Amino acid sequence: MTTTLPKTAPASFPSSRRLLLWSGIAALCAWVLVPIYLVALGAFGGRQGVYLWPKTVLPTGVSIEPFLLFLRTEGVVGSFLNSLGAAGITVALSILLGAPAGYALARYSFPGKDGYRLLVLLTRAFPLAILALPLTVSFIKLGLYDTVVGVGLIHTVLALPFAALVTQGIFLGVPRELEEAAWVFGCTRLQAVLRVVVPLAMPGLAATAVFAFVISWNEVFAASVLTVRNRTLTAYLLTVLAESPMHYRFAGGLLLILPSVVFIFAVRRYLFAIWGISSK
Amino acid sequence: MANIVIDGIRKNFGAFEALKDISLTISDGEFVSLLGPSGCGKTTLLRIIAGLETATSGDVLIGERSVIGLPPKDRGLAMVFQNYAVFPHMTVYENVAFGLRMQKADDRRVKEQVEKAAGLLHIEPYLDRYPNKLSGGQRQRVAVARALAVEPRVLLMDEPLSNLDALLRLEMRTELKTVLQGAGTTTIYVTHDQTEAMGLSNRIAVMHDGVVEQVGSPVEIYNHPATRFVGGFIGNPPMNFITVAVEDGAVAAGTLRLPAPAGAGREVVLGLRGEAVALAAPGDGLDMTVRVAEPMGSHLLLTGAIHGQPVRVILPPAERVRGGDVISLRPDLDRITWLSPESGKSYPAAMA
Repeated sequence: MTTTLPKTAPASFPSSRRLLLWSGIAALCAWVLVPIYLVALGAFGGRQGVYLWPKTVLPTGVSIEPFLLFLRTEGVVGSFLNSLGAAGITVALSILLGAPAGYALARYSFPGKDGYRLLVLLTRAFPLAILALPLTVSFIKLGLYDTVVGVGLIHTVLALPFAALVTQGIFLGVPRELEEAAWVFGCTRLQAVLRVVVPLAMPGLAATAVFAFVISWNEVFAASVLTVRNRTLTAYLLTVLAESPMHYRFAGGLLLILPSVVFIFAVRRYLFAIWGISSK
Repeated sequence: MANIVIDGIRKNFGAFEALKDISLTISDGEFVSLLGPSGCGKTTLLRIIAGLETATSGDVLIGERSVIGLPPKDRGLAMVFQNYAVFPHMTVYENVAFGLRMQKADDRRVKEQVEKAAGLLHIEPYLDRYPNKLSGGQRQRVAVARALAVEPRVLLMDEPLSNLDALLRLEMRTELKTVLQGAGTTTIYVTHDQTEAMGLSNRIAVMHDGVVEQVGSPVEIYNHPATRFVGGFIGNPPMNFITVAVEDGAVAAGTLRLPAPAGAGREVVLGLRGEAVALAAPGDGLDMTVRVAEPMGSHLLLTGAIHGQPVRVILPPAERVRGGDVISLRPDLDRITWLSPESGKSYPAAMA
């Protein structure tokens, strides 16, 4: 590893490396955790806690009460569930439609492949603001207006191009020889994909799912335009936050952060390849 | 167990002809190597037999049945890949069992076959491990065990030893031969390593530029190469080629006058294995100007020129020859191959 160890300080070098490693880890953790911690402090601190200055490092005078109050506010739980529903639909459809498209792009050559790839991205070239009115009209006609399914579909449109292109890269990373070995030893093309390719592509597919989830969870504009009563959490908070007291806003923020953290935590096993994809 | 008939296989990649009308018959239980330099089409041919590549035209029969158009899984074969292609997300046991599981074999038979194959290749201690915990040689054993576990009619191997280091390669070669002799499976083995092909095969098909140059037993191919390419590719050092003139049906080579092959023109090429010569009295035989003499321990390797054409010959280690010497050599007349200078093909051996 370290072939050019300085002769003068051979013993201190590894320990300083370790120091660097741990301070890096600490900085990264702080980068992620401190804002979440502060938001949580605001959410649980109640009316006074929010304005407390200087902030205490340890939580003082916190109680779950203000947060529960926020949760009991009309519309919060409903919109939270709506958001989960829309994100769930987005994740499911993005993977179910995007991964096969990515596989096709990775393994088959067909005329117009490059054009197709460009076209996939071009769907993102139209700003949603322009599409909003026609979308609203057609959604009303189709009966999708003000439904979670409608929002989920639009979010899928946003996430799908990336899902297809990202999974293409993931499938390219699975050695073709492994798939061929599966064919030789008795698999059809589909069986080979399910038994060999998908398990090996799992980390990438999990990352794609996280990505789709975050796209849907954070999306405000389409969700605001296409719903009136069945709002997603972001759309709901956008409309009510301006008139809310400060600790409500923090509670809302915390509620926005938590599911992403939980979701990423849930798929973390698949995010890290335990066997490594290389066949060598 | 099955024989294989390859009938007029052609493969074009765009304008490039990778395989030009290949025909080859392999009998039941035979071990045949496809040997050639990289880019000669040997791997493409193997992949066509496996069903991983489609031929432009021609037919492949396995056990009297045409398999062209069948998916790989329906061809009754197993394959060992160059990069092992061991499934990294399965234990060694599940890797070896993979083919049997796909055949819906019951657990008892799977266990039996896996243990048998694992025993043959000495991988029992690793059955519970994942491949990333194994060395290259061990993974190669897993790949071979996986192929043997299904008891295939035909076993295909695509340069299976090329990723191993030299010592391990030698060891695995011996072991492969032991295992496969016992199994009696029809085997096609692709390699660019002539020692592997010579050591393992019943017959070798030497390929060059999408054409099979010669098919024959290792000894046949070594002693009687059909073309200049085969002679130059097989053997270390390669065969020497000395162009000599023909006069009145005889070839004048140094002080020797040899009967020219039937159908020879004004010149023929004398194909001479480096070790098929003996040192003669000075002025009696082919004169060789020695440039470098390398004592190799087991033999003496001489590099120099005969008739002004570069040659390499091998003499017993005790001979005292040094760089700069001019020596006379007497070729073993039974081991001479005559080749046409135009076509590069050999003349049929004169039956004495």
